[in-house]
Amino acid sequence: MNTFLGYALPGIPYGCDFALMAVGLVITFRTTGVFNLAFGAQAFAAAFIFDLLVRSQGLPVWAAFVVAVLVVSPALGWSFDRLLFRHIPTASTTAKVVSAVGLLIAIPQTLPVLFGSTPRLDPPSLWLDPSRIVFHLFSTPVNGGELSTTVITVGVVLAVVVFLRRSPVGLEMRAVVESRRLAQLQGIDAARVSAGAWALSSAMAGLAGVLLLPLTAELVPSDPLQFTSLLVAGLTAAAVAGMRSITGALGAAVALGVLESLLRAVLPSGVLAQAVIPAFPFVVLVATLVGSPRLRQLERRADPLVGVDPPPAPPATSVRDRRLEAPMRWGFRLLVVAFVVSGLTWVPGYWVTSLSEGLALSVVFLSITLITGQSGQLSLCQATFAGIGAFGAGQLAAHLGLSVLVGAVVGGLIAAGAGAFLALLAMRISGLLLTLLTLAFALFADQFLFQYTWSGGGLSGVVVPRPVIGPIDFGSDRSFMMLALVVLMLCAGLVLLVQRGTTGRYLAAMRGSETGAASLGINLLRARATVFAMSAGLAGVGGAMFGSLYHSVSAPSFDYVYSLAFVVVVVSTGARRVEGAIQAGMAYALIALALTYAPSRLDGIEPVLFALGAMTYAAHPEGIVEYQKRKWLARVSRLLAAADARRGAPGARPGLVGTSEAAHAGHG
Amino acid sequence: MAELLEVAEVSIRFGGVRALDTVSLFVAAGEAVGLVGPNGAGKTTLFDCISGRLRPDAGALLFDGRRLDSVPAYRRARMGLARTFQRLEVFPELTVRDHLLVADRAHRGAGALWRDLLNMAAVRPEEAARVEEILVLLGLGELAETPVAALGLGRCRLVELGRALACQPRLLLADEPSSGLDGDEASAVAAALRSVQHRRHTAVLLVEHDLGMVSRVADRVVVLDAGKVIAEGPFDAVVGDPGVRRAYLGVTA
Amino acid sequence: MTADASRAGPVLELRDVSAGYGTYRALFGVSLSVPAGAIVALVGSNGAGKSTLARVATGLVAATSGTVLVGGREVTKTAAHHIARLGVAHVPEGRGIFGDLDVEENLVLALRRRVGRATLRQALDRAYATFPVLSTRRHQRAGTLSGGEQRMLSLAAVLVARARLVVADELSLGLAPAVVDSVYRGLEAIHAQGTALLVVEQQVDRALAIAQHAVVLVRGSVSWQGEPSEARAEMERHLTAGYAPPG
Repeated sequence: MNTFLGYALPGIPYGCDFALMAVGLVITFRTTGVFNLAFGAQAFAAAFIFDLLVRSQGLPVWAAFVVAVLVVSPALGWSFDRLLFRHIPTASTTAKVVSAVGLLIAIPQTLPVLFGSTPRLDPPSLWLDPSRIVFHLFSTPVNGGELSTTVITVGVVLAVVVFLRRSPVGLEMRAVVESRRLAQLQGIDAARVSAGAWALSSAMAGLAGVLLLPLTAELVPSDPLQFTSLLVAGLTAAAVAGMRSITGALGAAVALGVLESLLRAVLPSGVLAQAVIPAFPFVVLVATLVGSPRLRQLERRADPLVGVDPPPAPPATSVRDRRLEAPMRWGFRLLVVAFVVSGLTWVPGYWVTSLSEGLALSVVFLSITLITGQSGQLSLCQATFAGIGAFGAGQLAAHLGLSVLVGAVVGGLIAAGAGAFLALLAMRISGLLLTLLTLAFALFADQFLFQYTWSGGGLSGVVVPRPVIGPIDFGSDRSFMMLALVVLMLCAGLVLLVQRGTTGRYLAAMRGSETGAASLGINLLRARATVFAMSAGLAGVGGAMFGSLYHSVSAPSFDYVYSLAFVVVVVSTGARRVEGAIQAGMAYALIALALTYAPSRLDGIEPVLFALGAMTYAAHPEGIVEYQKRKWLARVSRLLAAADARRGAPGARPGLVGTSEAAHAGHG
Repeated sequence: MAELLEVAEVSIRFGGVRALDTVSLFVAAGEAVGLVGPNGAGKTTLFDCISGRLRPDAGALLFDGRRLDSVPAYRRARMGLARTFQRLEVFPELTVRDHLLVADRAHRGAGALWRDLLNMAAVRPEEAARVEEILVLLGLGELAETPVAALGLGRCRLVELGRALACQPRLLLADEPSSGLDGDEASAVAAALRSVQHRRHTAVLLVEHDLGMVSRVADRVVVLDAGKVIAEGPFDAVVGDPGVRRAYLGVTA
Repeated sequence: MTADASRAGPVLELRDVSAGYGTYRALFGVSLSVPAGAIVALVGSNGAGKSTLARVATGLVAATSGTVLVGGREVTKTAAHHIARLGVAHVPEGRGIFGDLDVEENLVLALRRRVGRATLRQALDRAYATFPVLSTRRHQRAGTLSGGEQRMLSLAAVLVARARLVVADELSLGLAPAVVDSVYRGLEAIHAQGTALLVVEQQVDRALAIAQHAVVLVRGSVSWQGEPSEARAEMERHLTAGYAPPG
């Protein structure tokens, strides 16, 4: 018994750290309806600032704590609310998640820009000296870091519980959670209460970061992934607690930490342990997401006044004068010709690589057009599907000598299989839960699936050779760019066919109303499995092209952060249309290229662009580029119509394809 | 036995509330039945049970003599059960014509992906003809290419009705089709329902608060109150029934 | 508008108000007023726009045009929580209480701002004295109360807070007749202390029995207003001949 407890004990401080994360997720979600994926990033930021204040500024620990956890962190959360989330209370859960994803990408990337990127060893501890053994319990040494983490966490969580149960502000928070509208009828300023909730949960994030410091050996500013395992565990505990119970989240998190610790001790070290331990939290997370009936009720709003708010406005569609169609078609053809000619002649070599990358990424982004744009499902694992395609093509070439083009197709099919599997696994869930499932899959692939020599090729990665078709060798960068262009055209054509065909209409119907779609005889499960498979397949093909471009790829090339970045880029340029994906792909590659010319001061600008892009999404779900285009097209149409009117052409009405402006006018 | 739909002692509970309490009713083939009752009587809940959104706790549902218990919602639609919704469930971004086309293909199960990929998904003449017929019937021809998001509530209700008809139903469940409409629009809906029943011999189960509309459309009326059937029969007899008036109006006559 | 309305100074006034949800227009140019201390019954069939009107009055739904005044002050664009602080209470249709909070927490939430912290304890005691059934359930989750008890709970808070105006939306919905009786007794007690009431009902007889003025809403417009005793005939006319054939 004592040895058992001895094994379990070291898991408790880890569990406590997970708990702070889980409790923070639960509080933000319940008080604001935002699933704050940026929570881990906020923790990271606070840890960073705390460390900076103690070490570089020489502040006493308590003062640094006050600044980092009690001032900066809540201020950050409060500003998120003021600048972003307050303005989108009726936006869809998807839009809110995208906004949070933007922050998740931007925050950790901004820190090294502000404070430099030297790794810091031996981070300071909040309370007790982490290296000093305080006492032995069941003959296991307990050090100061572990003790302070455990005591502070349990203390803080209990304080939060008491605050919510007993204090007037806590009472108002709980009321706002249940029904914003009903709370307003009682004279409660729901917006202020939400801002308070953001501040509170952000302070918890800060605390989690600062407490985690002594448990990690070093803090690398440019590597926010240290906080990934925290994210997984926090997500899992929050899910197990049904996204509701705070004490439940604490319990689940500690249990998780203890179980992991036990597994580590009990399993014989070797292949089994290496496979089981990293996979363990994912198994729990996926099983909970897929199977928990309590989580499924999450999306069914308990708010009695739910009908009061208008549904989110559907994205506007382009209005295009029919007379513009021919010039635009010719303009497109001209553009392609110009691209081919330039690519083969004057464009410098390193530009060719960037352009090819843009083409390969465009294929991956088309997969987002299909799944997020067409079916309305936010997926956070498209880079993982791309990785499956790339590794598949590379491994097949290495082991079976398969041509890379065949390998890309087979790799795409494997990815499609994974996509279909994911959709079937998720047959009873949708929306936010399915989004979290895709995130879990991406993290699972990063930490587990892609870590083997048979998959991601381990540290050395996987070689993906350039294809050879008969006499044509695509070893040269320029010829490969042409091949990439052809592949992109083919894939874009497929997506267009789907969008214009029955499946595209079914998906648009499901996006509008799943209930309505089922009432007509559309098999939702089949439609969803189809779109997941096809989307994953496209991403796989794009990934293989990407790999072939750079000759070799490894697991970090398809890290989950890329999945997040991809989604943000595509939805903020325009996920509804094929050209949106291509614009996004080219922009992604070319902005990176352009920034190599920019002064080094601007190094951190990319993540800021991401964050800004993500923020526009809630306001313009059709994409900011698409929105601008719509505005300009409408302007041109009006000019043409005015010209007609002046000429006095009878009955010459602009051939509008249709507009939903009328619908928007009423929303106010 | 020409009974198309049979609801046999169906009960369902939400928490402590008995939303439906051993409800039994039937609809014969080609018949129009009005289902009326005050707010919260369980009418929409009954529709949800019939169309497969909810599973009753007890009782049986039979459609064309076949038990519906384990049939998923989309299969019930393909069997010939179509419905409209009290709270609109339209597809905002699809045009009116696409609504009908989607319904026409979905109920036949004709939406295979390979057809799209081989560019064989173009609208065929017979599909176009069926869609056109419904557009004309509901007077939606002018709006065929308009996205539904740009339409008002009245037109949306007609689109839902048309969408349901495009499924070639044998039984149409219409849930408050006139709610939120003005007089002219409501008359248009009533006329459409009447002609559907007469010309296509589609059975109709109509939930409606506007008793005037019920009297025009329905051959027979079933009254639901607090989850129970409290009266059934021809319109005049049922509306004259003091128990019904009490439940419906709160009238103590 | 009736003559006595202008004399007493209306506590609530709607002038030519239109409103809706998205593309759905629920109210078309509605005007009505509730005199201070009076009871106005707002009746009409389902979907006539009664609940929307109640929500516009308390700021939950914004009017797209027209003017809303509370106690002579324009509140058309005012946030719901500010209108609530002007002494307007809205008992919404269905569950008007917080089901996850217990009975006492619900009361505290409703009363703390309205009576001030100093007299909160006395206010709670008064609420329990008026509705003794609540005092035995003080620490029970409000969501587990019966429908009638939930309605009592929302009324208890309003009663003790001495609101200027109570907008009561479909109080009788889903309740047994005996329970409806006691709910209406509660309403009359609220009225007895000088609070004006706007009673929205589908079961017209109850509302008309206590009202001094009646407004009939048909398809988002006021089709008739006047003496409550004459409103029933009007309602029946609309119920059975709800829509006239066009032309």
